[in-house]
Amino acid sequence: MTGEERGPEFGLGDWTPESLDVPGEVRAVVSAPHPVLSRAADEVDPTAKETVQLAADLVATMKVSPGCVGLAAPQVGVGARVFAVNVTGHPKAVTVHGTFVLCNARVVEATRWKPGREGCMSVPDLTGDVKRASRLVVEGDLPGSGEPVRLVTDGFEARALQHEIDHCAGLLFLDRVAGAHAVYQRKVYL
Amino acid sequence: MNELAITVIGRDRPGIVADVAEVLARLGANLTDSTMTRLRGHFAMTLICTGPAAAEVEAALASLTAEGQLLATVRAVTPDGDVPPAGEPYVMAVHGSDRMGIVAAMTRVLVDAGGNVTDLSTRLTGALYVVLAEVELPAGVADTLIDRLHRTAAELGVEVTLRPADPDLL
Repeated sequence: MTGEERGPEFGLGDWTPESLDVPGEVRAVVSAPHPVLSRAADEVDPTAKETVQLAADLVATMKVSPGCVGLAAPQVGVGARVFAVNVTGHPKAVTVHGTFVLCNARVVEATRWKPGREGCMSVPDLTGDVKRASRLVVEGDLPGSGEPVRLVTDGFEARALQHEIDHCAGLLFLDRVAGAHAVYQRKVYL
Repeated sequence: MNELAITVIGRDRPGIVADVAEVLARLGANLTDSTMTRLRGHFAMTLICTGPAAAEVEAALASLTAEGQLLATVRAVTPDGDVPPAGEPYVMAVHGSDRMGIVAAMTRVLVDAGGNVTDLSTRLTGALYVVLAEVELPAGVADTLIDRLHRTAAELGVEVTLRPADPDLL
């Protein structure tokens, strides 16, 4: 894949969670069948004070949750189209953009579909086989500045982004599993 | 050639599969299709075998069921072979708070649309109930079926998705 084939990435620049300039608070993660997880979340104003606080809180909550590579606002009970991702150090990750938060994100290109096993903090006892695009282009807005970004990614980071964008659409991995025997009791607790 | 449908269920312990399979092998029963899994601490086996007569298998399994820890049934069935698919393959996923009648209501909607459930599993973890069904649907019914599924799911207070099963052909 080259940048030319998929259009330029107007990336995160020097954005870090610290540039939100507010301390994040750890929030409680809700589990299915909580209704907030099944509702399509609302668009947000990425520059609004509450969006900035929510972004910081998602990062803070993700940080204290072992093995967590992504967390969407509905998972902390907020029906807003905001999520945090960080796949740094994950053995399956190829392209890695570090820790970032996107608002109003949408998939603009998805190719090379591959199956993989997924878990979710909001479905703590199950994992499932889900087919996801392994090459992905996503557009969204950065919280704080509201700057538009276009991320071009692949592999595990692409999977994490699709999982979180699904959360914002009110979908769980359970809605995408491959078949009647594609969910498994979780055996390893991190 | 006799075809037998055998079910075995009992409190899980190591060795159930080996014990049952050994009995069948000794009789020359050829194990064809089967599912064997642990469900909430019970080990359940559903097997199709070809070979000996049902009575012979029943008698041989008696050594395993004598203590009352395992329950086995053996039934002669007509060897129809593989059934060709009766429609297009779809996967229905249902999840929500556990309550009575979710499987009954959701599968009834599928059947009323001419669908045939070919595989189904359920999981209960905490308050979350999950139903996953593979179903063959007549061509062209999926679009109207999804509306009916949504209505029934809303009455039950659960979520439903229906999507085409996409087999990977390599």
